[in-house]
Amino acid sequence: MPTIECDGKTYDVDEEGYLQDWQIWSEAVAGYMAKQDGLELSEAHWEVIRFLRDYFQKYQIAPMIKILVKEIAKTMGTEKGNTKYLYELYPAGPAKQACRYAGLPKPTGCV
Amino acid sequence: MPPKLPKPEELANVNYKPPKKWWQKGTAEIKEGFWCFGSRPKYLQAVDMPNPREWKPTDEDWKLPDNWREIFLEGMAERLQKYRSFHLFMDICVRCGACADKCHFYLGTGDPKNMPVLRAELLRSVYRKYFTPSGKLLGKIAGARELTPDVLKEIWTYAFQCTECRRCSVFCPYGIDTAEITIIARELLNLLGLNTDWIMGPVANSYRTGNHLGLEPHTIKSNIDFMLDDIETVTGIKVEPSFNRKGAEILFVTPSGDLFGEPGIYTCMGYLMLFHELGLDYTWSTMAAEGGNFGFFTSNDMAKKLAYKIYSEAKRLKVKWILGGECGHMWRVWNQYFDTWHGPADFLEAPVSPITGTRFENAKGSKLVHIAEFTSDLIRHKKLSLDPTRNDHLQVTFHDSCNTARGMGIFEEPRYIINNTCNHFYEMPENTIREKTFCCGSGSGLNAGENMEQRMRGGFPRANAVQYVKERHGVNMLANICAIDRATLKPLMDYWVPGVNVAGVHELLGNALIMKGEKERVIDLRGEPLPGKEGA
Repeated sequence: MPTIECDGKTYDVDEEGYLQDWQIWSEAVAGYMAKQDGLELSEAHWEVIRFLRDYFQKYQIAPMIKILVKEIAKTMGTEKGNTKYLYELYPAGPAKQACRYAGLPKPTGCV
Repeated sequence: MPPKLPKPEELANVNYKPPKKWWQKGTAEIKEGFWCFGSRPKYLQAVDMPNPREWKPTDEDWKLPDNWREIFLEGMAERLQKYRSFHLFMDICVRCGACADKCHFYLGTGDPKNMPVLRAELLRSVYRKYFTPSGKLLGKIAGARELTPDVLKEIWTYAFQCTECRRCSVFCPYGIDTAEITIIARELLNLLGLNTDWIMGPVANSYRTGNHLGLEPHTIKSNIDFMLDDIETVTGIKVEPSFNRKGAEILFVTPSGDLFGEPGIYTCMGYLMLFHELGLDYTWSTMAAEGGNFGFFTSNDMAKKLAYKIYSEAKRLKVKWILGGECGHMWRVWNQYFDTWHGPADFLEAPVSPITGTRFENAKGSKLVHIAEFTSDLIRHKKLSLDPTRNDHLQVTFHDSCNTARGMGIFEEPRYIINNTCNHFYEMPENTIREKTFCCGSGSGLNAGENMEQRMRGGFPRANAVQYVKERHGVNMLANICAIDRATLKPLMDYWVPGVNVAGVHELLGNALIMKGEKERVIDLRGEPLPGKEGA
C-alpha cells in the first residue's frame, strides 16, 4: 500500500494519493499534499478544507460541487460562492484536489 | 497521478494493421491508461468475496492463491454445467468475423484482441484445452492453449476492456452474446479476487447502504432538499416528496448518480417536478436508493444479492408497483434477471398508470415500469402541458443506451418525449443508433479515472457520430437515459466534440413542463437563462 510520510508519521493512501482513513487526517497532511503539488495553503484554502471535513462528518460523503458552492456563498459571501473562485484555489478541481487535502475518499459509482 | 491523456489527433490515428506475432502465445501487456486499480481488500472483505489482498494489475506478481488454476477451471466447469448459453457460446463460433469491426473498443484501438471473436477466443482456447477431446489431444492445432499466468492476465485485460454492450451480438449470425462471455470471464476472475476498485467500491457501498455512493438516508434527503430549493428558484413551486412512506401507490427508484452528480441531478429535478405536477402518490426509499447494480459486473450471485433490496422495500412499504428512472444496466438487470432471481413479485399489482389508466402489460410479471414508458404515455394522453420553445436553444440528438436499447427495446419512448419537449431533434446515422447504438465506452464499471485513454478510445465511434450531427445540424445537446452516460459522455464530448452538452431526457421534460401556478420561467434547471430571457 502506498504511504506518505509527514509530521513524523506514516499515513496509508490509495493509488491516487487519497487517505485510506479520513479520521487519521491532520493539518500537516493537508499542508504536505499541497506542497507536493506546489501549492501554499492560504486561509482561503483552509476555509474550504474545513467546510469539506465538517460536511463529511455530518453526511459521510464529500458534498456535490453545487452544494459546496452554495454553502460557501452562504457562509463566506457570494464573491466566494462560485465555481471560478474554487478552481482558482484548487486548479485540479475542488472535488478532487480539495477533497484529497481534506483527507476524504473519492466518490464512486455512476458519477 | 493518472497517466497523461494523449491529444485527440494522436488518439484518432488508429492503426488497424494486425501485429505479426501469433496471438495464441498469450501476452500480458497491460498498457498505461487501459487498466483500473485492483480492488482494495476491504471492499472484497465487506461482501465476503475470496482472496482479498493488495495487488496492482501492472505488478509482475498478482499474488494469486497457489491453486489458482484449479479454482479457475473448476469455476469454468461449474458454469458450463449451469449456463447452457455459456456452453453453447464456447462451442458454436465459426469465426466468420461479422462481429470483428462492430466493437467500439476495436474501432478505437485497432487491437485485434478487441474483436469480439478474439476476445471470446481468449477464453474459448482455455475451454478447448481442458473441456474438449480435440483440444486435449491436439492442443494448439485445435486452437487450444494452456492456462498460464500470462493467459490469465490477458483474459483479465480484455474482460475489463469490454463494456458488455452487446453490439457485436446484433451482428452475429449465431446470436453469440459476447457480453455473456465477458460476464462469465469476470465471474471467474472474481473467484481469484481480481476485480477493480472502481467496481468493488460501489458494490461494498451498496451492500452497506443500499447505494453505490454510500449515501446515508439523511444525505439522500439533504441532496434532494437541495434540488427542491433550486426547483423553487426556477418555478416558484415548493415540491414536497415523501421518503419511506408506507402505503404509497408507487415506489420510485433511480440510480444514485442522479442524486449526486451533474448533470444527473437535473434529470432528478425533472422527475420531482413531473411527479409533483401529476400529484402522483409515490415515495422514495432511502434503503433502495439505487437502481444500478455494480454487482452485475462482479458475479451473478452478487448482483442477485444487491438487487433484492428493491422488492424487499416495495414489500415493506406496501406499494402497488415500482417505477424506475433513467439508467442503463439497471434496466438490463431489472428486465432480464429480476423475475428469475426474485420473482414472482406477487405481493405487488400489475402496474396501471393512475393518470391515464394504461395497463403496462409488458411489466405484468416484474411490476417494474420504465419512466420513459410512463412519461410518453402521459404525453400521448395529453396529460401534460409542455412548452418546447423553452428548449429552443438546444439542437438535440439522442444516444440510445446499450442496455435499454439492446436489453429491452426502448427506442420510441425517449424519442417521443424529446420530440414533444424540443423543437430541434436530429438523429445520428442509422448504424449508430437504436439496436446498433455505439457504447459510451465506459459502461460495465469502466467509468474510472485512471483508464481515461481506454475510455476515450472506446467512446470514439459514438463521439464520431455526434460530430457528424454537430457539423450537419449544429447539435449541441446529447440526450440519453442512463446515469453512466450522463457521467461519462460529458468528458467524452469535451475531449472529442467540444461544445456538446449532455442531459437526461427528463431534464428536457422538466424545462418544458408547464406547472400549475408556476411563475414566469426565466432560467432553466441549470440556472442558465432561457432563450429570449437573457436580460430578465
